[in-house]
Amino acid sequence: MLTIHTRLISAMIAQASSDHPIETCGIIAGPADSNLPLRLIPMRNAAQSENFFMFDPQQQLQVWKEMNARHEEPIVIYHSHTAGETYPNRSDVELAAEPQAHYVIIPSRSLDENEIRSFRIVDQIAIEERIRIVQQYQPELEFQMVA
Amino acid sequence: MSVTVIVPTILRPLTNQQKHIDIEGNKVSEIIDQMDQQYPGIKEKLVVNGNARHFINIYVNDNEIRFQDGLATRLRDGDVLTILPAVAGG
Repeated sequence: MLTIHTRLISAMIAQASSDHPIETCGIIAGPADSNLPLRLIPMRNAAQSENFFMFDPQQQLQVWKEMNARHEEPIVIYHSHTAGETYPNRSDVELAAEPQAHYVIIPSRSLDENEIRSFRIVDQIAIEERIRIVQQYQPELEFQMVA
Repeated sequence: MSVTVIVPTILRPLTNQQKHIDIEGNKVSEIIDQMDQQYPGIKEKLVVNGNARHFINIYVNDNEIRFQDGLATRLRDGDVLTILPAVAGG
C-alpha cells in the first residue's frame, strides 16, 4: 500500500495537467527503507512525447547522486498517461528498474485524484496496490516535504 | 587504473548487494569485462551487440559515455563510473 500526503497528490496532478498533452514524470524521494514519500522532484521528460517518457539522463544522475548523499531512495516514480488509461503498459513494465518503488500513474485527461493508480513492478510483473491519501504526516516530516 | 563503479539497485543481487565496487581497467569495456568475471551475468545486463544497452545510462564522473567514445571511453585513476537504468516507459 502507498500512503501519501494529499499535497503530494495535488502536486502530481498539477504537474500532469500543466504538461498535458506531453507525458509528465518525476519522483518522490524519501528516507531509504522508510516507504515514506517526502521530497517531490519533477523530472524533465527527455522524450517530450504524448505516449512515452524518459527522465533526462543528466538530471537523473544529479538527482540520484543527491538522494544517495541524503540516504534517500525513490519511494514513488510517477508519470502520466495522456489518453486516460491507468494500467502500466508494456514498456512501463519492461523498463521498470526500481523494485522497491511505488509506480504511480496519473491519467492527465481526467485529473481526478480517485483515478490515480499505484503499482509495484517486480520481475516484469505489475501488481496494483491501494493508495491511502492522508491529510497530514507527523509535523517534523511535513517540514521535509516539498510539494 | 582503479575506478569505482556505482551499482544500481536492480543489479545488486548480482554483486552480493554491494553498492560500490573498485575495479581495474583502462576503458569502460574493460571494467565491464572485469566485473563480469567477478560477478557473472552483469555484462549481458549492460551490453548488447558490443554497445551499451539503449535504456542503460553509463556515466564516467558526470559525463554520459554515449557522448564520449561509448564503451571505448578511456578512464583515469580515481574515476567514478555510475550505472543507472533509464527511468522510462509509455
